[in-house]
Amino acid sequence: MTDVRQVDVLVVGAGPAGLATATRLAAAGAGRVEVLDREQRAGGVPRHCAHGGFGTWLHPLTGPQYARLLTAAAVRAGAVVRTGVTALDWAGPLTLTTVGPHGPETITARAIVLATGARERPRAARLVPGTRSAGVYTTGELQQAVHLYEQPIGSRAVVVGAEDVSYAAADTVRAAGARVVAMVTDLPAPRTTPARALDARLRRGIPLLTHTGVTELLGHGRLSGVRVRHRDGRTTVLHCDTVVFTGDFVPDHELARRGGITLDPATRGLAVDSTLRTSRPGVFAVGNVVHAVEPARAVAREGVHAATAVLSELRPF
Amino acid sequence: MTGTYDVAVVGAGVVGSAIARELARYPRLRIALVEAQDDVGQGSSKANTAILHTGFDAVPGSLEARLVREGARLLAAYAAESGIPVEPVGALLVAWDEEQLAALPRLAEKAEANDYHATRLLGPAALYEREPHLGPGALGALHVPGESIICPWTTTLAYATQAVRHGVDLHLDARVEDVSQQDGIHVLTTSAGTLRARWLVNAAGLHADTLDARLGHRDFTVTPRRGQLIVFDKFARTLVNHILLPVPTALGKGVLVAPTVYGNVLLGPTAEDLDDKRATGSTADGLDALRAKGRRILPELLDEEVTAVYAGLRAATEHDDYRIRAHPGQAYVTVGGIRSTGLTASLAIAARVTGLLTEAGLDAGPVRELEPVRMPNLGEAFPRPYQRPELIAADPQYGTLVCHCERVSRGEIRDALASTIPPRTLDGLRRRTRARAGRCQGFYCGAAVRQLFEEARP
Repeated sequence: MTDVRQVDVLVVGAGPAGLATATRLAAAGAGRVEVLDREQRAGGVPRHCAHGGFGTWLHPLTGPQYARLLTAAAVRAGAVVRTGVTALDWAGPLTLTTVGPHGPETITARAIVLATGARERPRAARLVPGTRSAGVYTTGELQQAVHLYEQPIGSRAVVVGAEDVSYAAADTVRAAGARVVAMVTDLPAPRTTPARALDARLRRGIPLLTHTGVTELLGHGRLSGVRVRHRDGRTTVLHCDTVVFTGDFVPDHELARRGGITLDPATRGLAVDSTLRTSRPGVFAVGNVVHAVEPARAVAREGVHAATAVLSELRPF
Repeated sequence: MTGTYDVAVVGAGVVGSAIARELARYPRLRIALVEAQDDVGQGSSKANTAILHTGFDAVPGSLEARLVREGARLLAAYAAESGIPVEPVGALLVAWDEEQLAALPRLAEKAEANDYHATRLLGPAALYEREPHLGPGALGALHVPGESIICPWTTTLAYATQAVRHGVDLHLDARVEDVSQQDGIHVLTTSAGTLRARWLVNAAGLHADTLDARLGHRDFTVTPRRGQLIVFDKFARTLVNHILLPVPTALGKGVLVAPTVYGNVLLGPTAEDLDDKRATGSTADGLDALRAKGRRILPELLDEEVTAVYAGLRAATEHDDYRIRAHPGQAYVTVGGIRSTGLTASLAIAARVTGLLTEAGLDAGPVRELEPVRMPNLGEAFPRPYQRPELIAADPQYGTLVCHCERVSRGEIRDALASTIPPRTLDGLRRRTRARAGRCQGFYCGAAVRQLFEEARP
């Protein structure tokens, strides 16, 4: 027999957006505020962003430090953060079924906040042809492999993309002791600060190929190279044993779609009004599941906004 | 590899594994199953359209027609016993023009000739009622209710697992480089050492012609025919209820849209005759062509994300039928030209090969019933571990999800790593559990799954 439990607010996803929302709600006395995360540790993507750039100018933090800080703040405010628990599906207008090591559970809430985040589009979804050889990563997998598990990743990597996350991926490749053979983008120029782009090219010696697309992955068993096409139609093979597909974020909207929540046709994120309400009454959405993708600090600020909207739902006057 | 085997089966695809399993019923026989790659089912067996056929459209009277018909019945029963996911969704051969519409009654007659009597012609209204998301312009369909979808990975693995548990020696990473005869014994030189056997079965799939030639035969030539397939996101699953088969015309067989037992939707395959037996890559042209055809068949399919792309090579030969030949003087049986129907026919092929071996003089000795195997369920139509409270209560690892897209638990990964034929690669683990097979392709779980895999390595 499955337990049915009542909470006031159920937040799905313990990344920066979900944790910030829960912190504000719990501090404002919203009652029992419960945050679920299917990972074993709370914090979301910053858990494996070993680089800095989190926190504030006065108090700079790395991603893992920031993840711990946000989690501690939520718990201190009185929110209950439960990890290793997956929200599976809807069992009623404001009821979710979950599973975890303690078995299945059904949880009903007065309001539900979806903060399920976003992920990078992997190679297959980008329809990059070629063989299915090993050594193909997204930044998310690469960072976890290197920073959480200290796994070897190969020796020569091509990074696909030239935005902030791509440069972070290049740093992670180097931190793992591998060489970045090239960064490849079909854009005319990198999308990052000029300082960062220059640093990668000049100090790190990483060539940046603009107006260039990856057309084929090569190799049997292990990746042996990627074929790229330049703007003039010329193709070249970059020899490498690792390729990292970066950026091109897609909102992780599985739970929302299972609940029939309307998507924004342009972004494929959840369609929300100015108070972050979705098309499903009592269900709010916050963070990168709405608009892939904004930095952690921005979505955490948005969480404060979401909490205000949820409070007005709980205490209408 | 010392001692002499009674039978060596070369090739641990679905056919070779089925043959080894059938031979395992004879406890007196010493059997070797010899595979060039690092896992069973690593060639054409892993990359097909995953359909359990009725054989309705086979060439009537052919060996293939008979073995597919028998094999379908045998495999349906075996799947139920072994926990291999099968969904009897049925097929619709959809006619998109007058020529295809005119071909449907002939296909219904062919089905009758193949002893399959359940087909029914559907008009457009009945067709669109069954498949409301079908693109506009379909004129009618032939309904073949007996066609099913099946898990090809679990099928091969179940055969091989049962074979190994009954004493068959599985030699992986053992590519046969040469075959010679010494005092009436086959001597196989492989990349993992030398192996001796009194009888030899060639189930080498794409390489069956090469091995056959080493034994002095020029019975057939294998021309690899590449089939690229696109796997669409699980959100597409509600768009399609049946296997949507193309109507075969003079211009070829066309592409199908089919649900998979994992809850995805397949689009494919292409059919490209190649000469490179390693050309299992996808191509931009192939994917473009498939997407254009998919847009016509099921327009909304193209709105969903692509989860995976793969390409398999069918072992096509110049013959229209299977080439299963005994060479009693050489103590040798060839199993060639097994095309995409081989998955369905596998158990019947195995029975036939065993029959040929004993007729040719193999003294098999007494026969026994095999202990059944129960494979982990990878199918959506049956409860998965995360959906089984009693299992989680007994072992919380089944409630600890590692691969979120496919909802694969730590317990399932642990079990696969400790199974009779443990995976040697992450891809092998994926075929045993579905871990990393979902829409994120490892963004969330890839590193965690690799960690569990590395920890379990000897």
